[in-house]
Amino acid sequence: MFDFKVVTDWIDELLRSWLPASLVNITECVLIGICLLVAYALFALALIYAERKVCAAFQCRLGPNRVGPFGTVQVVCDMIKMLIKEIIEIKHVDRYLFNLAPYIVIISSLLAFSCIPFAKGLEILDFNVGIFFLIAASSIGIVGILLAGWASNNKFSLIGAMRSGAQMISYELSIGLSILTIVVLSGSMQLSTIVESQADGWFIFKGHIPAFVAFVVYLIAGTAETNRGPFDLPEAESELTAGYHTEYSGMHFGFFYVAEFVNMFIVAAVATTLFWGGWMPLHIPGWESFNAIMDYIPSLIWFLAKSAVMVFIIMWFKWTFPRLRIDQLLRLEWKYLLPINLCNLLLMVVVVAFDLHF
Amino acid sequence: MTRAMKEKILSIVPDATIEEKAFLTVSVPPISFHNLAVRLKNDKDLQFDYLVCMTGMDWGETLGVIYHLRSTTLKHEIVLRQETADRENPELPSVSDVWATANFNEREVFGFFGIRFINHPDMRRLFLRNDWVGYPFRKDYNTDPEINPVRLESEVNEDIVPTVELTESGELEEKVHTIFEDDEYVVNIGPQHPATHGVLRFRVSLEGEIVKKVDVNCGYIHRGIEKMCESLTYPQTLALTDRLDYLSAHMNRHALCMCIEEAMGIEVPERVKYIRTIMDELTRISSHILFYSTFCMDLGGLTAFLYGFRDREKILDMLEETCGGRLIQNYNCIGGVMADIHPNLVKRIKDFIKYLPPMLKEYHGLFTGNIIAQQRMKHIGILSREDAISYGVTGPSGRGSGWACDVRKIHPYGVYDKVDFNEVLYTEGDTFSRYMVRMDEIVESLHILEQLVDNIPAGDYAVKTKPIIKLPEGQYFKSVEAARGEFGVFIESHGDKYPYRLKFRSPGLPLVSVVDLLASHNKIADLIAIGGSLDYVVPDIDR
Repeated sequence: MFDFKVVTDWIDELLRSWLPASLVNITECVLIGICLLVAYALFALALIYAERKVCAAFQCRLGPNRVGPFGTVQVVCDMIKMLIKEIIEIKHVDRYLFNLAPYIVIISSLLAFSCIPFAKGLEILDFNVGIFFLIAASSIGIVGILLAGWASNNKFSLIGAMRSGAQMISYELSIGLSILTIVVLSGSMQLSTIVESQADGWFIFKGHIPAFVAFVVYLIAGTAETNRGPFDLPEAESELTAGYHTEYSGMHFGFFYVAEFVNMFIVAAVATTLFWGGWMPLHIPGWESFNAIMDYIPSLIWFLAKSAVMVFIIMWFKWTFPRLRIDQLLRLEWKYLLPINLCNLLLMVVVVAFDLHF
Repeated sequence: MTRAMKEKILSIVPDATIEEKAFLTVSVPPISFHNLAVRLKNDKDLQFDYLVCMTGMDWGETLGVIYHLRSTTLKHEIVLRQETADRENPELPSVSDVWATANFNEREVFGFFGIRFINHPDMRRLFLRNDWVGYPFRKDYNTDPEINPVRLESEVNEDIVPTVELTESGELEEKVHTIFEDDEYVVNIGPQHPATHGVLRFRVSLEGEIVKKVDVNCGYIHRGIEKMCESLTYPQTLALTDRLDYLSAHMNRHALCMCIEEAMGIEVPERVKYIRTIMDELTRISSHILFYSTFCMDLGGLTAFLYGFRDREKILDMLEETCGGRLIQNYNCIGGVMADIHPNLVKRIKDFIKYLPPMLKEYHGLFTGNIIAQQRMKHIGILSREDAISYGVTGPSGRGSGWACDVRKIHPYGVYDKVDFNEVLYTEGDTFSRYMVRMDEIVESLHILEQLVDNIPAGDYAVKTKPIIKLPEGQYFKSVEAARGEFGVFIESHGDKYPYRLKFRSPGLPLVSVVDLLASHNKIADLIAIGGSLDYVVPDIDR
């Protein structure tokens, strides 16, 4: 299987042959940053296009189909529109916090994005508590949302932000616990190690019942964490017009919008990494030739395809279910998901301790 | 029966004058009006528990109010009127404590005629701004734009409302009531809000997520249609009815046409009755499908919204082919309909009757059976049968509370007496039953169409009427079952070619008046769900 380390090492050596060591580090940081930002933007565009097409398919419509082949350029046009839109100055807002909030949201999303192992040898941040860092980074986003709601000086925004706070803090627990279940199984918090240890079988198969329960809980909690339907209460259109980002315009709104889409991808990517083997190809023990063929498919394709399925499932939720009410939402978490998750964690510990997994 | 009623009323109020017209009309002196109202409602032989329509009147020398009452149990009807000669400071007793629907109606009358209602808890104008000068529905109103210019500044929200109360010593005292305290967290839902389905404004006092109180502010789309009608000839007034509840445009116009035809003594051909009934039912189906769409969207189910619109389109195409209009059909006219039905109509309706049931199954599969939807709807916003009658909540919302209020059954018009259909009733009175009544009514309407579509008799599609239509002097009231409830038309004619007073009893106003009752102590999300399930249409509330 192709290892991206070859490419990165080659660039590294090339730079080292030209530049002194200190400059090499700086240059590499800048290069990686640029690549990361470009990838982030491209993912956002692809996801927005996918959402429109998927949503259209569910609703018996066509979706964008005028600009470019199959409407693919439509999203780019919308991005350009968003970039050149005026950012409206609003009276009576806390200007510092109001302008800061979207950046906090986008930075947290970007940090989490950079932890994801996209393909073999293609990880940006990879260290021994990687998954822990990812959770920590992604929860900073809630600060941005709370600030946005508070600084907007708008009652609807404030209600939306408060809902969002209650919701995200609650569902963080479920996300953390279901990730912990997998950490117990793999014995590592480093994302690359987690993926490597799934070479002989994905965790969803290896960890059978507890892993499957953890996956379902993770998917529900992940959907809630990204404020997507049926958990889109913080921006419930029919109740709060747009919730915490009601007052934002132009690219400031764009940041919230983009972050929401990429967060959805991050949730899907983490699900892929933890439960579905990350970029690992599908291997069936004993089927040597089948496994060899699977190995020919590049690891990046494997990863993106699996994530795409996850993203599709999350979109499917949104375009099918009606929205929950805030008390139902919190009841679901505290009375159902959390106890199930705790028991499941215990079950996983038992499974691992007595070596009951495959 | 009428004699017993007359005697009873005279025994309560000896100086009442009683006339026998289409309805028994009783003129009551204001001083004993409240007493009579209480007795009429509570007496076991009378039981007038439903105030159908309340009309403010300006008779030149006197100002007054006409009340149409109906008993939901004994089915008889009566008309009451009270008037005062004091045009400077007219005051009449309020009956808002007897029939809750009078609350909003009296506020409307106050705004338009300047009659203050004694003991009414909230004497604000319902539709007009507080700084409006004069009373526009009075005959001597000065329409000079200098007096009421288009005001560009926002209206100040008053948290304190004026009232006039009768003290125990028999004197009138002006008091104020507080709606919202200073430290309450009051949020405006509307006038520009996706869930109010138009320019309606709720001022909602919140405690966290919980709604404490809802104050309804109407009038953002009030066009004064009733006043406009007073300067239009009868055929001209027809055009305005479609602009009330635009989703039951056809039924509204049906009501006005029937009222005028009845007053003129025109008997419309059988073919017209069939066509009108078919069109009524098509409109009802399209309105209920739209309800499904918007209600699902209010609860966050966005896909269901488009499913509904996809199927409603089929009805609109049919209406377009025959009437020329899609949303607003302009099809009924005095003495019949504008044009004969399109030759394709019968076939298209037959196709549609086959097409819709599988789609309804899909609706139920997508939304009704969903656990989240069920939890959002069941046991939320319970409207008891008593409250439904007292507030005058008719139509599917009333039938969701177990009140058999279908005008098609009570006073059959068109050919409803010849078709077989069930009046859908649910007794829980919650959001879910209001929703289910509408979904089941779609099936019933299809059933009605099935019976009618093959049997449309041959004949004229309209009778010839005189070029100038004048109604004989008198008062006429006629109501139909619109998609949202009982839509009534009251005409007082003085023999002219213009109506002296034309009042529309809109089903929307009672619907919006129960929002406070249902949504208090529920969550914000429930307020939206309740509003959606009541399915009011704002131009119908505001008129």
